[in-house]
Amino acid sequence: MSTLESEGRSARLAQEDWQSSAPGGGLFSGTLRSVREIAGQKELLGLLVRRELKARYKDSTLGFLWSLLRPLSILVVYYVAIGKFLGAERQIPEFAIYIFTGLMIWQLFSEIVSSSTGSIVGNAGLVRKIYLPREVFPFATVGSALFNFLTQLVILIPAILLSGSIPTGSRLLYVPLSLAVIVVFATALGLALAAVNVYLRDVQYLVEISLTILFWASPVVYSWALVRDALGSVAEGIYLDNPITLAVLGMQRALWVAGTDQPSPEGLAGRLGVCLVVGLVLLWLAQRLFARLEGNFAQEL
Amino acid sequence: MTTSRPAVIEVKDLSKRFVIRKDKSIKERIVNATLSRQHREDFWALRNVDLTIESGSTVGLIGPNGSGKSTLLKAIGGIIQPTSGTVRRRGRLAALLELGAGFHPDLTGRDNVYLNAAILGLSRRQTDLYFDAIVEFSGIEQFIDTQVKFYSSGMYVRLAFAVAVHVDPDVLLVDEVLAVGDEPFQRKCMDRIKQFQREGRTIVLVTHALDQVVDICTRAVVLEHGHVMLDGSPRDATRLLRKDFDVTSTAEMEASGPGTHARVVSVQPRDSAGNNVTDVRPGEDLVLRVTVESDQDLADWVLGIGIDSPTGQAVFGTNTQLMGTRMTTLRGRRVVDVRLAGLRLGEGQYFVHGALAQWDGPTFAKLSQAAPLEVGGTGRSIGPVGVADLTSEVVDAGAHR
Repeated sequence: MSTLESEGRSARLAQEDWQSSAPGGGLFSGTLRSVREIAGQKELLGLLVRRELKARYKDSTLGFLWSLLRPLSILVVYYVAIGKFLGAERQIPEFAIYIFTGLMIWQLFSEIVSSSTGSIVGNAGLVRKIYLPREVFPFATVGSALFNFLTQLVILIPAILLSGSIPTGSRLLYVPLSLAVIVVFATALGLALAAVNVYLRDVQYLVEISLTILFWASPVVYSWALVRDALGSVAEGIYLDNPITLAVLGMQRALWVAGTDQPSPEGLAGRLGVCLVVGLVLLWLAQRLFARLEGNFAQEL
Repeated sequence: MTTSRPAVIEVKDLSKRFVIRKDKSIKERIVNATLSRQHREDFWALRNVDLTIESGSTVGLIGPNGSGKSTLLKAIGGIIQPTSGTVRRRGRLAALLELGAGFHPDLTGRDNVYLNAAILGLSRRQTDLYFDAIVEFSGIEQFIDTQVKFYSSGMYVRLAFAVAVHVDPDVLLVDEVLAVGDEPFQRKCMDRIKQFQREGRTIVLVTHALDQVVDICTRAVVLEHGHVMLDGSPRDATRLLRKDFDVTSTAEMEASGPGTHARVVSVQPRDSAGNNVTDVRPGEDLVLRVTVESDQDLADWVLGIGIDSPTGQAVFGTNTQLMGTRMTTLRGRRVVDVRLAGLRLGEGQYFVHGALAQWDGPTFAKLSQAAPLEVGGTGRSIGPVGVADLTSEVVDAGAHR
């Protein structure tokens, strides 16, 4: 028995192109295909981001307030312990704003990397049962991390207004540039680590430790001037090759008005620009690695 | 009118190997790096499978546990990558490998409907459009704004299935998920599957419910140890599979107890005159001449016989215990006639089997499909039951104005 509808469907299907069930593809053609596939899942990405956010503070009375209280508490601890007790405040004017700008961008990085790493394993139920471009899971964590980053502006903006030194003009361009560097690098790392973590679960613990170390490798709670004085020129060069360091410095350059006359590495904008290009290449390579490894996700989970 | 059906799924020479690793941590891998061959084991889930599925067909993938059915389905769905060979498909594909795979326990039913629909490929606008229909189909209107972790398992699968059937796929892959919910809901699901068939959608189904395969599939593929054993009509496929199951279970029961030394040698259908027959007419007497033998003394035994439909469904069965006959200790060969007087089977093909069991105990030997039995007829009825005569008569024509 064949109905009109079924004949219509047959006729339409006969016209359609074959597509391979297996993801992957060559180095370049595969990229194009992946980008197209991911772009086709924009709505799902949005829903997944919302799911992450909604589920995080589920059933708690204060809800999203917690995502503000956490960085605030860290800020207070550093301000009191390092600023007052260790006396960092004496060399760094407007110490609270200084810490918070660095802390914000650092937390964006660390949240993207750590939650991306566990994202594929955490969504094992879906990965094993349904075909989706699996990149959506790490990407969704990027989305929710960005959202948390934005909520922290709720603290930063009033703080800057209160301090009275409001950043204006071209220095603000450092904000999008630093942000782009961090997001691109963190996403690249997150993608690669998410894929590797499926095969080697040790990775997620390694990431935790590495993040703790990396935090102290950037001038978030101490000043760049101290580092410059302590390190030789070679070590200083290495220190400045860290994209997180550059992004932190960029954010401080932009938003920490009181520190305008404080020392800052030369050619920061240029370094950030180079970093962004390198980051984009890394992101592409990470995606290719991800595509290579994702074929066996379903059976490894 | 018939139109040529384009193929929508094309599997070519597909093989899938799983490597079973026994070391998982870094330490073990490094220590065992040189000996790694010893710490891995290959397992071929699929071996050189070729399969082409045409649009509008409903294909059942059946086979024993671990035969590769689900792996094949996942390869078609792109969830796992083949080791070698290719899988091509066209049209919009939805995979229902696990109901509610995308459900998040902390979100409400409403949020989960949107999320799950997006996962299955529906846009937000389409979901808005179908939302009421989805909720109505699931029948859990009052709980739609409750977090799904508070749902009963039945409500959970109902909602998940409701979402799944409202996506608009050309090809639907289904893995063991049709048997959910209570009976009315199951019927609703089956109705929806049949509607899908009418609409010319292609369905690939993995299931253990063989009756369901005969009921809804237009074609069935039997897989065993990763090989395609048979690709044909659901009737042939289920018969083959049931026979294989029988062989397996017979082998199991014969491996221990009296089954090691006693067996059913043959079951021969005969007519009342004593001639061997292969067909019987409804209403005629049938004698089943069963030959059994035992190498050792066998006491308190029961002889059973039965008639099965081609798909392996039992339509008739009896044994000497039910008939109240005690058998004397068996040693060597013995021939027993079981007379079925006035047997009225519906028209069709059947098989007879013989079995040995312990009094009030388990069956320990069985001879499946011992002989075929054809029941002739006039083609005026269907089903396994026959009648002496068949007429129809109008007794009330109703008022005629």
